[in-house]
Amino acid sequence: MSDVHDPTGEPRRSFLTKVAAALIGGVVSAVPIVAGLFVWFDPLRRRSGGGDAGFSRIASLASLPKNGTPRKFTVYADHRDAWTKSPAVPVGAVYLRRTGERSVEALQTLCPHAGCFVDYRPEARDFLCPCHNSTFALDGAVNDPKSPSPRPMDTLSVELRGEEVWVRFENFQAGQREKRVVT
Amino acid sequence: MIRLLDWLDSRTGIRRLTHEALLENIPGGARWRYIWGSALTFCLFVQFTTGAFLWTAYSPGSLTAWESVYYIQNEMAGGWFLRGLHHFTAQVMVVLLVLHLMQVVIDGAYKAPREVNFWFGLGLLLLTLGMALTGYLLPWDQKGYWATKVATNIAVVTPVFGEQIQRLIVGGPGYGNLTLTRFFALHAGFLPAGIVLLLVGHIALFRRHGITSRTPHRKPDAPFWPDQVLMDAVASLAVLATVVFLTLAFHGAELGAPADPSEPYPAARPEWYFLFLFQFLKYFPGHTEVWGAIVLPTLGILILAAMPLIGRWRLGHFFNLAFLGALGIGAALLTWQARHQDQMDPTYLAARAQAERDAHRAAELAQAGGGIPAAGAVTLLREDPLTQGPRLFSKNCASCHRYGGHDGLGNPVAEAPSAPDLKDFGSRAWLAGLLDPARVDGPGYYGGTRFAEGKMVKFVKQKVARYTPEQRANLWKVIQAVSAEAAFPAQAAADQQAAKDIEEGRILARTEFNCTDCHAFRKPDEDATGPDLTGWGSRDWIIGIISDPTHARFYGKKNDRMPSFQTSGQLDLHAISMLADWLRGDWYGATHSAVLVTAP
Repeated sequence: MSDVHDPTGEPRRSFLTKVAAALIGGVVSAVPIVAGLFVWFDPLRRRSGGGDAGFSRIASLASLPKNGTPRKFTVYADHRDAWTKSPAVPVGAVYLRRTGERSVEALQTLCPHAGCFVDYRPEARDFLCPCHNSTFALDGAVNDPKSPSPRPMDTLSVELRGEEVWVRFENFQAGQREKRVVT
Repeated sequence: MIRLLDWLDSRTGIRRLTHEALLENIPGGARWRYIWGSALTFCLFVQFTTGAFLWTAYSPGSLTAWESVYYIQNEMAGGWFLRGLHHFTAQVMVVLLVLHLMQVVIDGAYKAPREVNFWFGLGLLLLTLGMALTGYLLPWDQKGYWATKVATNIAVVTPVFGEQIQRLIVGGPGYGNLTLTRFFALHAGFLPAGIVLLLVGHIALFRRHGITSRTPHRKPDAPFWPDQVLMDAVASLAVLATVVFLTLAFHGAELGAPADPSEPYPAARPEWYFLFLFQFLKYFPGHTEVWGAIVLPTLGILILAAMPLIGRWRLGHFFNLAFLGALGIGAALLTWQARHQDQMDPTYLAARAQAERDAHRAAELAQAGGGIPAAGAVTLLREDPLTQGPRLFSKNCASCHRYGGHDGLGNPVAEAPSAPDLKDFGSRAWLAGLLDPARVDGPGYYGGTRFAEGKMVKFVKQKVARYTPEQRANLWKVIQAVSAEAAFPAQAAADQQAAKDIEEGRILARTEFNCTDCHAFRKPDEDATGPDLTGWGSRDWIIGIISDPTHARFYGKKNDRMPSFQTSGQLDLHAISMLADWLRGDWYGATHSAVLVTAP
C-alpha cells in the first residue's frame, strides 16, 4: 500500500485523476479563504472620512496665557468609527501656545515616536513623553539627542478668526522621519 | 526539499500519517455514494473559514450587532459575498446532513460495530442545528429577534426548571446585550468546539471500522487517493457551486430591519428547516404545548439514537426505516403546510412586504447619513417620517381620512371615507381641488363631513362656479398665495418663481374673494370662524390641528369628529411630528408629485 500504482494498470489515467483531484480540491478550498481575505483587507481600501479636512474651533484667544505657557484643549469633531457616526465628540487634544500678541502655535499631543500622550511639565517648561522619556522644547523640537523620537512634535495649522482659535486637527503616522497625515 | 521532508518526517512521522490518511483501502473501489461525509466536512471547512473572517467585523451587542452586519453587508467590499457563503452553506449543510443520515439508516451502517459512531453523527446533527439556531439571532434584525424570541420562550414550558433554563439561555429576564454575547459564544465557541471533538471521534471511528461498503463489489479494492478524493472534490465543487449560485441570486443573505422590541413583526418565522417544528406546535394548544415543544421532539431524537439497538431485532431495521420515512414525510408535509398557510395569509404577506421595505429603508438611511448614530440603527427608522407616517396614519387617521385613496400603507379601505383625502394636503393641487365646485363636496374633500353643506362648500358651489375667466385667474393667485403658507418642500422653487402672483394673491384674498370674512390670514382675527389660513399646511399648522382641532385657531366648537390627538393623550408630539413631516413629503429621498405651475 506504500506505492500509488493504479491497480488497473492505467498510469496515465491515474495521473490525470491525481491532478484533477488536487486542482479541484485546491480551488474549492481557496474560495472561502480568498473571499474572507478580501473582506479582511477592506481597511487598506478605506480612507477615514472624518472631519479632519476642516478647521475646528478650539478655544478663545483670551484663554491662552500671555507668557507663552502651553495649555491643553480637547478637540471636538464629527467622528466616524466604522459604522458609528458621532457628531461633535472628543477626537483628540492639542497644546496651544501664544507666540505673540495675535499668533498661536498648535502641537499634536501624541508623541511622533510611538503615539503616547505627551505631558507638559510646568516646572521644567518642556514636554515629556512618559513612554520612552523623550523630552521636547516648547516649540516641539526634540530636546534630548538620545531621544527615540524620529521628528519634533507635530505642528498643526492654526487660524485666528476674530478672538477665536481654530485648528486643522490631523493625526500623523508615528515612528517615521517625515510627518505624514494619516488618512 | 527531500532532506527537509526527511527531517520533518523523522520528527513527526508525517509520511506515515499522510499515507494512512490517503491510502485507506476502499473495498470495491471509489464510489459516488461515499461522498457525503467529505461533502459535509467541506461544508464545515467553509463555515469555519467564512465564520472566522466574519468574526473580524462582527460586534455582538444590541447597539452594534445589526450595525456591524450592515457594515459587512453594505460597506465592506465583498462582505455581502462572504456573508452569503456562510449563510447558504449552512442551509446546504442541513440538507446534506439529512441525506447522510438517511443513507446511513438505509444502508444499515448504524449496526454493530458502528453504534457509537452513529451516536457521534447524531450529536453532530444536533450541534449543527444548534449552530443554525444561534446564528439566526446574531444579525439582530427583526426576523431573527422575534423568531428566536419565540424559540427561547418555548424553553419556559420545560418541566421544573423552565424559567431558569430560559434565563440562562437569554442571559437575563429579557433580550439584550447578554443574549447576543451568550449566543455568539455558543455559535463561535462552544458549539464549534463540540463539533470538532465529535468530528474527530466520528472520523477516527469511521477509520477504525472502515467504510460500510456496498456489495457486491463491481471493482477491485482501491486506495482513497486519488479516485475517491477526486469524487469527493467534485462533490465539494458541486456544493460550492450551489452556494455561490444562491449567494449571487439573492445578493447574499437577507438582513432585515434592525430589531425593535416596540415594533411587532407578525411575519417572524424560523429558518425553513425548523418550520416543521413551528407548524407542529400549532397542533398543541395551551397547556399541551410541552408535548409538542419538548416531549415529542425529545422522544423522536431518542428513537433515532436507539436505532442501533432496535436494529438488532429481526424486524428492527424495518422499523427504523419506517420511522425515518414517517419522520421525513411528516416534516415535509408540515413544512409545506406552514408555507402554504403563510402564502394564503394576507397579514403575513403584508408584514413580509413591510419588513422588506423597512430593511431597505434602514440601509438607505444608514448610507445617506454617512453612518449610524451611536444610539443604534433602530433610531433611524423611529425618526423617519416615511417609515412612521404611514403606520400612524393607517392606525389613527384612516378610519375617516384616506391618503391617495388608501390607508397610508397602500391597503384599500372597505368603508367610504368620511373626511378629506390628505395626500398632498397643503399643495396647490389640493387647494385647487377644494375650490373646484365639482369636487368640494365629493368624497375626497368635505363630502363625508358635517361641512358638506357648510359655508365653504356653499361658497364654492354657488360663487366659484359662476366665476368669469378673469376671476378664475385671480383665484389661481389666491391658491398660490395660500399654498405658499405651507412652505412645502416640493413647492419651494415654484413658490419662488410665483412671488409676484403670491403677493397679489395675498391682497386678493382680503379684497375680491373675502376669504378673511371667515378666516384669519396673515393677521390675527378674533372673529374668524373658519380655520386660520396663516401658515396653513405648514409643519406647525398640521401639528397644531392634529394636536387639537378644537382650538380656536382651527375648527373651535364646530369641529366635526376629529379627536384632539395630543391633548387627549392618544399621540405624543413626536408621533404627530412624524405624521406632519410625512404628509408634507419632508423626508429623506422624497419624490414629489408634480407641482402645479399653472391654473388647472
